[in-house]
Amino acid sequence: MGKSLYEKVFERHTVRRLPSGQYQLLMGLQLIHEVTSPQAFSMLRERGWKVMFPGRNFATVDHIIPTDNQARPYADAIANEMLVTLERNCAEFGINYFGVAEGEQGVVHIIGPEKGLTQPGMTMCCGDSHTATHGAFGALAFGIGTSQVRDVLATQTLAMGKLKVRRIEVNGRLRPGVYAKDVILHIIQKLGVKGGVGYAYDYAGDVIERMSMEERMTVCNMSIEGGARCGYVNPDSVTYNYIKGREYAPPPGAWASAIKYWESVKSDPDASYDDIVKFDGNEIEPIVTWGITPGQSLSINGVIPAAEQFPASERSNIEEAYEYMSFAPGQPIKGINIDVAFIGSCTNGRISDFEEVVKHISGRGFKVSPHVTALIVPGSMAVKEEMIRRGYDKIFREAGFEFREAGCSLCLAMNPDKLKGRQISASSSNRNFKGRQGSPAGRTLLMSPVMVAAAAIAGQVADARELFGIKEN
Amino acid sequence: MKRTHIKGRAVSLRGNDIDTDRIIPARYLRCVVFDGLGGHAFKDDREQLRAKGRTHPFDHPDFAQAEILLVNKNFGCGSSREHAPQSIARWGKGIKAIAGESFAEIFFGNCVALGIPCVTVSEAGIDELMTANEADPAREFALDLETMTLTCQPSADAAERAKPLAIKVSLPAGPRQQFIRGRWDSAAELLDAKNEVAAAAAKLPYFSNWR
Repeated sequence: MGKSLYEKVFERHTVRRLPSGQYQLLMGLQLIHEVTSPQAFSMLRERGWKVMFPGRNFATVDHIIPTDNQARPYADAIANEMLVTLERNCAEFGINYFGVAEGEQGVVHIIGPEKGLTQPGMTMCCGDSHTATHGAFGALAFGIGTSQVRDVLATQTLAMGKLKVRRIEVNGRLRPGVYAKDVILHIIQKLGVKGGVGYAYDYAGDVIERMSMEERMTVCNMSIEGGARCGYVNPDSVTYNYIKGREYAPPPGAWASAIKYWESVKSDPDASYDDIVKFDGNEIEPIVTWGITPGQSLSINGVIPAAEQFPASERSNIEEAYEYMSFAPGQPIKGINIDVAFIGSCTNGRISDFEEVVKHISGRGFKVSPHVTALIVPGSMAVKEEMIRRGYDKIFREAGFEFREAGCSLCLAMNPDKLKGRQISASSSNRNFKGRQGSPAGRTLLMSPVMVAAAAIAGQVADARELFGIKEN
Repeated sequence: MKRTHIKGRAVSLRGNDIDTDRIIPARYLRCVVFDGLGGHAFKDDREQLRAKGRTHPFDHPDFAQAEILLVNKNFGCGSSREHAPQSIARWGKGIKAIAGESFAEIFFGNCVALGIPCVTVSEAGIDELMTANEADPAREFALDLETMTLTCQPSADAAERAKPLAIKVSLPAGPRQQFIRGRWDSAAELLDAKNEVAAAAAKLPYFSNWR
């Protein structure tokens, strides 16, 4: 019987079995940001510990950085203190830091791949649940808490139990106007937000194989929203071509041995899985969330479901969602007015996300609806630079979008970008939890970047295929 | 320090999929220490209920002494922020154990690191425990990780009307051992194997940037 990538990579990184029965697992790479690391560094200092492998840790600032004015000091004194603390910690412990001054800053999950740091067959971790993103390369990438960040700084290892593995095959062909974001929202809708608890998701099938690296990152990014601890795609030529030539990619002399290692960790054709689920890509529609969990979603032409359609134990959550969102069962999602539109985040803030939107709005005279504030937030300084090189900044500005600096922005609103009051946001981010976008009563509708652009222009939730004339082939 | 027996009053928080943004809204993550997070636990939920004239269990004086938290399914889903269990552990007298139908994994792991066992109970079991807790907030609960039971005795006032409960709980073997052996603070244990870690790292082709 063959093995899955999960089993192979786990075995190759196992240091030993711990007395508790868990495994001490070596982390090939740790990414660090300003929110979940300061206490970890303090704990190191208190205990007099050093960082064991500083060269395998990389940091940047993303959650708290303003996207309008990044001049220092930041207007928010606490945010500024967090930035300064991170810089000081990195300097003191000898950790690589990607800052604004160096032109290297960005959302931590965008810059890992961009720099070529993220590679197949690695174990990775970060004090951030969307670390799952890096699974797109065939890495095992785990979101962890601050005490574990401390553990990895001190020992480059984590104590972990083994997960089960669920193979998720998406076969067939996506229809025009249906994107990677819709694929993962569809999977979460069908398997539920707790469906993945205890599992690693092994994404496969024609649809996944045909995806670009950036699309695969969007899918893996939201594994956590489906309850899975991590998700990955087996590496292939798409992966290798993406990595080649990047700053931290294997040098030409080591390329052949890198490919050999990467190929060796792929799931075997006869690997056994704890569960296998199959989806038909042709059936997936553009999806919009209507509630307060990423699983509460529907296709753009659907109506908000009745509570009776759900198991009894879920109904109180559904009722809570109606109340919070002020939506009623039977109400179509299309046509709901929005106040804010946000394209960005570690889910959908990469160059190809903006490229796809530009493809539909460029030169067509579309304007953001007057009552909508629409933000375009590049995932990194490098993405922003490339957008400017291609002239996207002008295209977005002419259409009435604000073109911002790189950061997490409105995804979790730990910075000045926030919803106000009960505003409704059409968002390309990953979570529609209560209060997620900065206002305790703010409402979030998750969707693909092209659907966000359509909502921004229409002023209400719209079918991008109709607005932009995206036709069946 | 061993965490085998945990005793105290309880507080019930009904509802599935209670995410870490609700446990501690992101604006309170703007900090470089965990001190002071206790007052912000469930901040927005509490204020919204108050505005509607209702009371969140964390605001109810009957539950102010609680040290054991009872929850439903997928508690702690969403963000990996350790600030969530840190705030719960710092609320009131401090929550020292959580019993629920299921937990999100990162939250569960963060709780282990803080010495807070998150034990799993059946749907019927948690409902019995919550009902008992809500009917008689002064009931004393006791979690025993050796016998894997969560028991509760009626308070002196209610002793005649209510029966004691003993509900089976479960916890994966690894974390259970960590609590029983007092080795839930993993860093020291991981540091014991520094030489093995270095040896494992040396075997990985990529660890020195393919050089």
